[in-house]
Amino acid sequence: MRKNLNVIAAYSIMMALILLVGIFQSWNIALSIFNLCLISAVMTMGANIQWGYAGLINFGIMGYTALGGLAAVLISVDPVQEAWRAGGFDILMSLWLIVVMVLVIRFILKRFEKSKIRTYSIAAIIISGIILIRFSAEPGIEAIEAVDPAKTGFLGGFGLPIIFSWIVGALFAGGLAFIVGKVALGLRADYLAIATLLISEIVIAIIKHEDWLTRGVKNVIGLKRPAPYEVDLQTTDWFINLVEKFNSGKLSVIENLADRQAALNQLVIEGSSVFVKLCYSGLFLVVVIILLILTQKALYSPWGRMMRAIRDNEEAANAMGKNVVKQHLLIFILGSAIVGIAGAMLVTQDGLFTPGSYRPMRYTFLIWVMVIVGGSGNNFGAILGGFVVWFLWIEAAPISLFLINFFTTGIPETNALKAHLIESVPYFRFLMMGLGLLFIMRYRPKGILPEKIEIK
Amino acid sequence: MDFINAIILLLNYIFIPALTYGSQLALGAIFVTLIYGILRFANFATGDMMSFGTMATILFTWYFQSLGVSLGVLPTALLAIPFGIIFMIMYMLLIDKFVFKYYRYQKSPPVQFAMVSIGVMFVTQAVVRIIIGPADRRFFDGEKFIIKAREFKEMTGLNEGLALKSTQVITIFVTIVLVSLLFWFLNRTKTGKSMKAYSDNEDLALLSGIDPKKIVLVTWIIAGILATIGGALYGLDKSFKPFTYFNNMLPIFAAAIVGGIGNPFGAFLGGYVIAFSEILLTYAYKKFFMYVLPVSMEPDSLVQLLSTDYKFAVSFSILVIVLIYRPSGIFKGKVL
Repeated sequence: MRKNLNVIAAYSIMMALILLVGIFQSWNIALSIFNLCLISAVMTMGANIQWGYAGLINFGIMGYTALGGLAAVLISVDPVQEAWRAGGFDILMSLWLIVVMVLVIRFILKRFEKSKIRTYSIAAIIISGIILIRFSAEPGIEAIEAVDPAKTGFLGGFGLPIIFSWIVGALFAGGLAFIVGKVALGLRADYLAIATLLISEIVIAIIKHEDWLTRGVKNVIGLKRPAPYEVDLQTTDWFINLVEKFNSGKLSVIENLADRQAALNQLVIEGSSVFVKLCYSGLFLVVVIILLILTQKALYSPWGRMMRAIRDNEEAANAMGKNVVKQHLLIFILGSAIVGIAGAMLVTQDGLFTPGSYRPMRYTFLIWVMVIVGGSGNNFGAILGGFVVWFLWIEAAPISLFLINFFTTGIPETNALKAHLIESVPYFRFLMMGLGLLFIMRYRPKGILPEKIEIK
Repeated sequence: MDFINAIILLLNYIFIPALTYGSQLALGAIFVTLIYGILRFANFATGDMMSFGTMATILFTWYFQSLGVSLGVLPTALLAIPFGIIFMIMYMLLIDKFVFKYYRYQKSPPVQFAMVSIGVMFVTQAVVRIIIGPADRRFFDGEKFIIKAREFKEMTGLNEGLALKSTQVITIFVTIVLVSLLFWFLNRTKTGKSMKAYSDNEDLALLSGIDPKKIVLVTWIIAGILATIGGALYGLDKSFKPFTYFNNMLPIFAAAIVGGIGNPFGAFLGGYVIAFSEILLTYAYKKFFMYVLPVSMEPDSLVQLLSTDYKFAVSFSILVIVLIYRPSGIFKGKVL
């Protein structure tokens, strides 16, 4: 108990802050912050596995998040029959071509010795394959995108419950991580950072512009939910009764019957959106707790010890017979898969998929700030980092508005400088994040909750 | 005649824009490479530092415009650039003093430096947005075109016009002058040579009496000049928007690595490699083939290898290929 005092204290402060938001702003805001904190926590756990356990730097978090989101779309949306009839055959043919291409390349790689001719022939196969696929898929893509472009214009998905996408998102992200890892993991740390950053940009470019698969910048809206809809709740008897019971004290004060009914209606509307958010919180909490248990178990297992050994001294670990390359690839896939889950959760919560909103500031660098601030190598630290940083990211604007008003109390409202500062309040969040990161890195380089290794 | 038309078409839509864009990338790439070679870290704040320098230039441009000072046909911004450079260098030295210096003395690993530079990136982004806002701004004034497409057509009687924007000429001219000065400095002066020595082998350079403080100072000064001019030229040619500058960091990194990180000449050429491949692969060649081929063989489609949406993806793919097959870049890296 004593040992974990700082963990408990940090989490209690965090929870108290969110409760304060609930009391002073509204429970709706508090819960939406809490939900996104949970999603951020999943992302930071993924990044923490790679960076904290193995020392691998992955600046491609945005790409895996987007792939998770794509999984949510492909799983939950009903298939667009007409589009499948129009262009499904061409798309399947192209997929078949890709499979054949990969198999041929694998065959060449296995069969022939490394030589210049081999390299050139592989390059020729790839280039001609891309041109062939482009020409064979073109009519299909055009036909699919022409099917009711305002509403569909894409192939749709499988029409399954969206919860499944959390697993499929992990598989997608893991698959991409496998390819990226095979290609880039041999690079030095800072090259790896740049390479993963750029690969994630390529992924986003594809998701944005392949309209037949993702609708691109036209967005996919109205995804199915794992939670009830607010409109349905507002007309359900048990829910209205529940709200009445909860607020009986408040309602009984109101004498007039009509007024009381109006107040109840208002409370039901507010309550319904809080209830929906609570449903999501429950689902997300389950995911976070499961992942936390698994990652903690892994950290203190022989496998975790081996990972730390590889992180701290690659050559020594190699000399002890540990397969560094294989373990690096494995942990790269695992971490990315967890980020993929978070991406699917995010789209599930929002109910919409907007490829245009995936930007490296929000989905890569902010997550890294969370990991560094929270404490890399420590799962509790990483989760705390997700909470603290996301909380600040949202509450930065009100806080800085308060500070500006506090320091310029003597200056009239019409003062140009004051007006300009108040106008640019949204950008103070970048300042806070940057300064926070710089201070933590300088004065507490291991994060708020540093990694501790217990040797039993 | 058709052949000349085809050549003019390529000049107008591929060669001149790529040369301009390449010059802007090249300046940024040399900035990245210098920081990497001498201070030994990948500076993720590159794009935002460039936007800071451009912001300072814009503020001075506005000030001069309000005073009524102008350069006639040339943009006022050219007058403002030296002042922008001074502000940029001051900002960089300030950041170096309060942020990077500590890690340099600690001899931190490059990854930690990269993380710190992300902190600097956040802060710089905030500063730029708080001061000038996130909006798209144009600060170009003066004569816009040297040759207009219509005038060119009338002059030569060709079907295709060749438009030459003054910003394009200024960009290319300034880049050539600046880069030649820089290479002269690095290869011929004593300070430049000691910078090379420091980049090559730090310990050996320190032993032979090279002052590391001076090297770092000179590096930041050169970096400030490159960042401001590169950013201002890009802003003059297109427009200034903080978010675009942040995004430009990615092709700039690509250019620096393709050219061999740590090698300024490689970075300079890398800028053009990236720019030309981006534009060559995403240009629709339909009109070109219409001129060159006989009528019967005219293509139906746009003859575009990749849609323009994939412009950035092209340069990143090149980078990934280079990283896999030749991690030290096309020109050998780590030799300043």
